[in-house]
Amino acid sequence: MSPILQVNNLQVSYYTDAGRARALDGVDLTLNAGEKLGLVGESGSGKSTMALAMMRMIKPPGRIEGGQVIVDGTDLITISNEDMLKARLSKIAYIPQGAMNSLNPVIRIGAQMMDAIKAHQDQSTSDWISAAEMEKRCKRALESVDLKSNVFKMYAHELSGGMKQRVCIAISILLRPKVIIADEPTSALDVVTQRQVMETIDRVQKQIGAAVILIGHDMGLMAQFVDKVAVMYAGRLMELSNVRDMFTDPKHPYAQALIRSLPNLENKGVFNGIPGMAPALLQLPGGCAFHPRCLHAMEICTVQRPQPTTLPGGRIVECYLYSEKV
Amino acid sequence: MSDLLEFKNVTKTYSRGLLSRVSTTALNDISLKLETEQPTILTVAGESGSGKTTLAMLLLGFITPTSGQILYKGKDIQTLHGEERMLFRREVQAVFQDPFAVFNPFYTVDHLLSVPIDRFKLAKSKSEARDIMVEALTAVGLRPGDVLGRFPHQLSGGQRQRINIARALLLRPKLLVADEPVSMVDASLRANILETLRGLQRTHGVSIIYITHDLTTAYHIAKSIIVLYRGSVMEAGDVDSVIKTPQHPYTRLLIDSIPWPDINRRWGETEIKAKEMELSDHVSGCKFSSRCPFVMDKCKEIPPLFRLKQHQAASCYLFEQNPSIAPEKLSELLPV
Repeated sequence: MSPILQVNNLQVSYYTDAGRARALDGVDLTLNAGEKLGLVGESGSGKSTMALAMMRMIKPPGRIEGGQVIVDGTDLITISNEDMLKARLSKIAYIPQGAMNSLNPVIRIGAQMMDAIKAHQDQSTSDWISAAEMEKRCKRALESVDLKSNVFKMYAHELSGGMKQRVCIAISILLRPKVIIADEPTSALDVVTQRQVMETIDRVQKQIGAAVILIGHDMGLMAQFVDKVAVMYAGRLMELSNVRDMFTDPKHPYAQALIRSLPNLENKGVFNGIPGMAPALLQLPGGCAFHPRCLHAMEICTVQRPQPTTLPGGRIVECYLYSEKV
Repeated sequence: MSDLLEFKNVTKTYSRGLLSRVSTTALNDISLKLETEQPTILTVAGESGSGKTTLAMLLLGFITPTSGQILYKGKDIQTLHGEERMLFRREVQAVFQDPFAVFNPFYTVDHLLSVPIDRFKLAKSKSEARDIMVEALTAVGLRPGDVLGRFPHQLSGGQRQRINIARALLLRPKLLVADEPVSMVDASLRANILETLRGLQRTHGVSIIYITHDLTTAYHIAKSIIVLYRGSVMEAGDVDSVIKTPQHPYTRLLIDSIPWPDINRRWGETEIKAKEMELSDHVSGCKFSSRCPFVMDKCKEIPPLFRLKQHQAASCYLFEQNPSIAPEKLSELLPV
């Protein structure tokens, strides 16, 4: 099976008065249809930039400087703006962080959903559909996320936070995209609603067989939801493992520290924070960006950045502890 | 010896508009005590709309209760004047949720910390003021050299939140109200902030009211817990009992919904039976009854707290065979 999503050497920089900040510095990622990947990292590690770059929604002073984002055989970075407009929602969809703010308050939910389909209609081809058919399709999408079809006629303010987030999910699956990117989709919701929304995403994802990238820093959510976890730090992927390996036997020292810092029921009152603070992207330390906080830092870590190494089980780790020193 | 803090049957209702009769009860008949002698950490947990922030605002004196009294060292905080009021303002401190919104971007950290020192005349000279700052910053695990003289935008969220705690600490408070202090801080830094808070309680003798929706952190830091839902106490007791063996259907729902960062403890092993909250819900009786899978006819009356064991009680008719306990006695359930 060929992968549905392939990200090769993706690079994004922000140009500020103080200099160039490399927000993404060569990220590689492969995802099969139906797979769920969690992208975790501290704020400023580049996880949201990654989502925006894949959607080609990076705004100046940010710029995509290289790499490929291949979805279903098409490289999204090289296609024209018009084609990219078509590709959004139909190939790759985005569920934003604050659902409350992403719906238009003065337009009915139904009209916003219809807009999404209309924008992708091509009158010249045979798959043109009537307004009635569109409405039916929207209502079906609403039902698939556990909303009553009368939500179609409502306004955003008549819905609760969880319901609004469901509407966003319904819109994102309208055109059966191959990849769905969810950027902290539940960070503004209560725990009970959070679980219900995540279960909805899980179900619709299985229905349409899309790959999902879940972005966030809630490791608990990752443990419960995804198949693979990618840990980002300062614009690089530090480790990519399946979720069980990541939680039971993390390899990269940063991933290890991250897992150790998690609270659970067994270690009451034990706090293992990660010492030090995340580096500023404008003045990254040389070599491996994590070396000033790393317990295992060696001399080479300060001079040269390690390359990704593939370990048994398909795990990818970027650390000299697991690779030949050059 | 009077208690440090006492809530006496405090109720707060917000009414909407001048002519509308619709009012929302944000907090319903809450009684609670904190002792002076033994500093403790008490968690007030609940989802949005549970009244937990209203409780913090009442306690800090920002809003007045609709009925009931809030006493600080035996005196109603509404009637405090002059020196007493200054003392209350100094001894009761707060740390809020958003470390990015509480700083004035034009002032350096030094200025921020020296304002309370000047205001409360804590230092006789500049060098003494500086010593106090350095001491407070060190106590929260910051290197003074790293943060003094800097502007807020040069600091990370975790550093800012710790400066907030240091600012509160240098006033030698007796009580700290921490309203969701870690929810906007990166996961990797949460542990550090929580450890700082616990250190305050242990080494500086500060009582902490920790307000949160996150039961995982509550479990790790607090001794006792009160679970609120729409302004009413659902369950209360010591944190181990309530979180490990929750009894009230609402608490059980909450605990089952926590995504534990543990691969062997799966979500979804217990199915969510409760219905989603509707915006239009106006229920009389038990506030949770409209979502509760075990709802009975009786639930139209507000259930009292039924005592399940020494340090645990739930407000639910499922436990009516147990002795009930008056709302004023809530504090007896909370170990310190």
